[in-house]
Formats: sequence, C-alpha cells, structure tokens
Amino acid sequence: MSDNQGPVWEIFLQKKAGQPFVHCGSLHAFDKEMALQNARDLYTRRGEGVSIWAVPSNAIVASSPEDIGPFFEPSNDKVYRHPTFYQIPDAIGHM
Amino acid sequence: MELTQFEDVFEGKLAKNEMVEPKDWMPDNYRKHLIRQISQHAHSEIVGMLPEGNWITRAPSLRAKVVLLAKVQDEGGHGLYLYTAAETLGISRDELLDNLHTGKAKYSSIFNYPTLTWADIGAVGWLVDGAAIMNQVMLQRTSYGPYARAMVRICKEESFHQRQGFEIMTHLSFGTADQKAMAQDALNRWWYPTMMMFGPPDAESPNSENAMKWRIKRETNDQLRQKFVNQTVPQVEYLGLTVPDANLKWNEAKKGYDYSEPNWAEFKQVISGNGPCNKERLAARNKAHDDGAWVREAAQAFAKKRKEVYEAA
Amino acid sequence: MTTQEALFNYTLRLGDTNLILAQRLSEWTGHGPFLEEDLALTNIALDITGAAKSLLEYASTIENKGRSADDLAYFRNDRQFFNAQITEQPNGDYAKTIARQAIMDCFDYYFFTELAKSKDETLAGIAQKSIKEVTYHLRHTSSWLERFGDGTEESHNKTQTAINQLWQYTGELFEMTEVDEILLKEGIAVDLNLVKAKWENHMADLLAKCTLIQPENVFMQTGSRKGIHTEHLAFILAEMQALPRMYPDAKW
Repeated sequence: MSDNQGPVWEIFLQKKAGQPFVHCGSLHAFDKEMALQNARDLYTRRGEGVSIWAVPSNAIVASSPEDIGPFFEPSNDKVYRHPTFYQIPDAIGHM
Repeated sequence: MELTQFEDVFEGKLAKNEMVEPKDWMPDNYRKHLIRQISQHAHSEIVGMLPEGNWITRAPSLRAKVVLLAKVQDEGGHGLYLYTAAETLGISRDELLDNLHTGKAKYSSIFNYPTLTWADIGAVGWLVDGAAIMNQVMLQRTSYGPYARAMVRICKEESFHQRQGFEIMTHLSFGTADQKAMAQDALNRWWYPTMMMFGPPDAESPNSENAMKWRIKRETNDQLRQKFVNQTVPQVEYLGLTVPDANLKWNEAKKGYDYSEPNWAEFKQVISGNGPCNKERLAARNKAHDDGAWVREAAQAFAKKRKEVYEAA
Repeated sequence: MTTQEALFNYTLRLGDTNLILAQRLSEWTGHGPFLEEDLALTNIALDITGAAKSLLEYASTIENKGRSADDLAYFRNDRQFFNAQITEQPNGDYAKTIARQAIMDCFDYYFFTELAKSKDETLAGIAQKSIKEVTYHLRHTSSWLERFGDGTEESHNKTQTAINQLWQYTGELFEMTEVDEILLKEGIAVDLNLVKAKWENHMADLLAKCTLIQPENVFMQTGSRKGIHTEHLAFILAEMQALPRMYPDAKW
C-alpha cells in the first residue's frame, strides 16, 4: 500500500438552518467520518456553519468552459420566463 | 479552437480583470508559475508553524497560550487552503509535500530564522504577519480564482494575527526594563529579514515581470516594501523602540521613508539553504511526515476494510 | 479541612488535569501525522486549555488570596500539582497520544455529565460547556482508536502496546479522598464510583469494537491526589514555567 494523503473531498457548509449549502473548500480524508470531522475542524473554527456536506471530489461532474455558449446562452433570450414579461392591468395591482 | 484563439480568450480575461478558473485553458508557463507560487506560499505557512509552535509550551500566560495555539493552528489551516488551491492546477498533495521534503520547493526565507525569546513571538506576529498581510491583501485580486478565494478566506482569518503580535510587543515595550530590552532585541533581529520577505529589488527579481503581466501580482516587491516601511515606522515609534537603520528618514518628496536595503547576499544564502534554521525546519517537517506514515497507512487500510474508499482522483 | 479548602483542592485537581493534558497535546501542533489531523488535535488542545483556564480562574476565586489563575499555573511546584498522572505521560507515538486521549475523553464525558448536576453553579456551568466539547473529542479519538485497532498490523500493535502501558494510570482517576467526601456531602463533587462503572463499560465496548484487548489484573499507580507524580511532570513544569519565573515582576 503506497503512502498518500487520502482522497480529496469537497466541503459544503450551511450557514444557518434553512439556507442553501455553499461550497467552502476542499480537504483530504481517508473515510466518510474523517471527512466530516476534518471539515468541522477546518472550516467551522469560527462558527461558520450548522451543517456540513462532504462529497468525494471525483463524484462531482462539472461543465466545461467550452460549454458556456451551448449551455447557458440559449436561456438569455427566454424573457417570457421572467414575470416582468407580462403586463397586468394596474387595477389588479400586485400579482 | 486554434491555440492562438485560446490565448486570445485567456488574454481577454486578464484584460477584463476576470478570474481564470481551473478548467479554463491557460498557458503552461502561467500554470507553472502559479504552482510554484501557491505551493511556496503553502509551504511557508506549514514551515511557519515551527518557529511559533516552538513557544506554545512556554507561553508565559494562559491567555497567551490559547492565543498562540489558535494562531499556529490558523497557519496550518491557511497552508491547507493553499495546498488545495494548488491541487486544482493538477498537482497532488503528495507531490507538493514531496517537493518540500526533498528541498526542491522553496518557502519564505523568514522561517529559517530562530525564535529565541518570547518577544520574537510578538515580532513575528507584528512584523512578519504584517508583511505577509500586505502581500495577501493584494493577492485577493489575483487572476487565478481558487488562489484568490483562498486568499480572501486567509485575509479574513489573518486579521487577528498581526494584532496579537502587536499586543505582545505593547506589553513588553511598556513593561519592565528587561521586557523592553527583549522587545528591542527582537526588532533588531527581525527587521531586515522581514524586509527580505517582499523579495529581491524589482531590478533583480526574475519572476516579477510575468507575475505582473498575468495579474498574479498586482504590486512590485519594492512597492510593497516601501508600503511596509511607511506603515511600520509609526508603530515602532509608538512602542518607543528604534528601527535598526541609521539611514531611516522621512522623504517628503516621495511621501515615504528612505531606508537601507537588507543584506541581499545573506538573503541568497538563506534561500539556498544556509540560513540559521534551514536544516532544522526541513528535518522537523520530514520527521513529522515520516512518523505519520503508519498513521496514514492505517487509515487507508481501515477505509478499505470498511469499503469506504474512494479512489483518489 | 473546611469546605472551602476542599473545593479549592478539588478545582485545582480538575484545572491541573486539563492544563497538563493540554500542554502535552499542544506539543503536537505543527508535528501531526498529516495536516488535517494536526488541526483537529489542536482544536482539542484549545478546548482543554480553555477548560483549564476557567477552572484555575475559579480556583483563584475560591482561594481568595490574591493569586491569579496564571500564578497558580506558573508559580506552583510539582508537589503542589494535582493532575492525574496519566495526563503527564509523554506523547509517544500517535497511537499512545490517541489512546491516552480516548481514555481521558471517556472519563471526562461521564465526569462532566455528573459534574453538570453539581450544586456549585460555577463548576456546573464549566461542566455543561465542557460536555459539548468532550462529546466531540470522544467521537474523534474513538474513531481514530478504531482505525488503529482495525487498520494495519503495525497500527494495531502500537495501539495495544499503548493501552497496556497506560492502563496502570487509570485507577487513579477514580480515587476518592477526604476532599471528595466533604464535597460529596454538600452535593458539589461527583461520585467517582458512578463514573467508574460507566467508564469501564464504555471502554470495554470501545476496545472490543477496536479489536483491542483490555488489560487485566493491572497494578494501579497512585499519588497525584497527594501531589506525587511520575518523573515527567517536573520537566513539563520546568518548560512551561520558565519565563514567568525568570521575570517574576513582569506582566505578559
């Protein structure tokens, strides 16, 4: 067995209950429990979170920079997906 | 896309002050420069734990002990953030550590100086962290995304470090005569090594030009050094101590202090391995790593047994 | 012995135990087996130093003779320290540090759970804060003990050796003296027999889970309740106290 620092994990923190989990960084750990504990000891030293997700880095599928055009630009002209596209009579008020 | 088109996209990003991200195309030299700089920075944090850690068990009050422990731990955390930033460039933690342990990679020359008295812990926090912060504030806007994000987190955490160093210096400078002498002695020994932290003068700095062009660095070594002197001299005066530089004087024309250059010959010796503590620092890192090998192997074996292993990416 | 004297001695015992253990743990900072674990162990050291500080501050208040917590930490000699002998044992390899820490975390977990019910509000408050910290410490050290016990042959052997070496110092943790008797009557101190039963059960389960063998018929060392220590404590204090003793008039 060759010596190494263990696999890389991506850490996501929830700052307060109800808020989304946000990526805060990475770390190395050999198993799930260690990943969770290391995340706690590394990324919540100043009370930064109330809940942790630890995900093995190699489980993440990411889009490529070349995908920016085909993936994201087609949605830019779909203005009908936004509420401001529609006209509501003033008499109706807020909808 | 043709190579030149990739280059255009990359140059375009730099011109627009946009961040470069791990999966973006980047020139080989840019990648190499970043790996070198980020890993040097990470190694400096890790090796930097040693001279300060040296005094944890001897901290002269319970408060000082807690603060120093937390501070040295922070340095470790910062090293870790930086290692993971470097890893996004396609180099593993194992390779990075191997480069440190074999002496192939460099780290900040400052940590090859010894911490001889408690005042040195004050001086390191105040001067060395002060100089580091200057560099790090600039690096929050560096062009490589993961590096910039690591620096933002580091700067946020680092803000207490310089203050705790200055607090120690204050206690000593306004304490007994022995304590004040201890403070002056520390300033005398740390002033010039701190000035060296910004790197050689611009004219002789081999990597500066590319670093500026690629927006990895945003200010030159000499600009940062001048900024540091201007900021620090009034603090020295507040403490009632003396900067160990007979040529130090205010220059109204440049709105800054004139100062003596550190001994660059000494600097070259220290970065080539001949500083007072180079061998000890490297030996300490190697020992920790070697002594830890069976621990890492056990963790790996246990994970395998529990079928929890995720193959390293 | 008055109740106040007993309470002072009891609080010193707790403060010293935490202080010396933290002193040992902090020797690892910067030298851990890998970076993530270096930070994790330092977190434990920080919690324990914090507990020591609170306890010695309270001891200083109880004594009420103008000696601060720092004075108590830095200006007593080894015969005036009441920390459990296990805390002063050298770190050894990482297996020994983890084994020592798991033994202490398990003890502290049940001890502080009881102390949280103390009629002494300050001690109860410190205990309540410590329970949360110690619950995490125990989780951390237990998972490492399990990795070592059921990891490689080398890690298993190292850990079994450590447990065998350290076991002789565990009896002392549960010794009750006049101090305990006086404070037990007042509802202040913890009945260590109660803690002992829970600790023994927990350790038996934990060691079994880790495929480690609990030593039997061990002759237990004793002394710390009377300020008698192993040879290691004087060295720890020589290092820790050097600076304040060299400059007794200085403030830091």
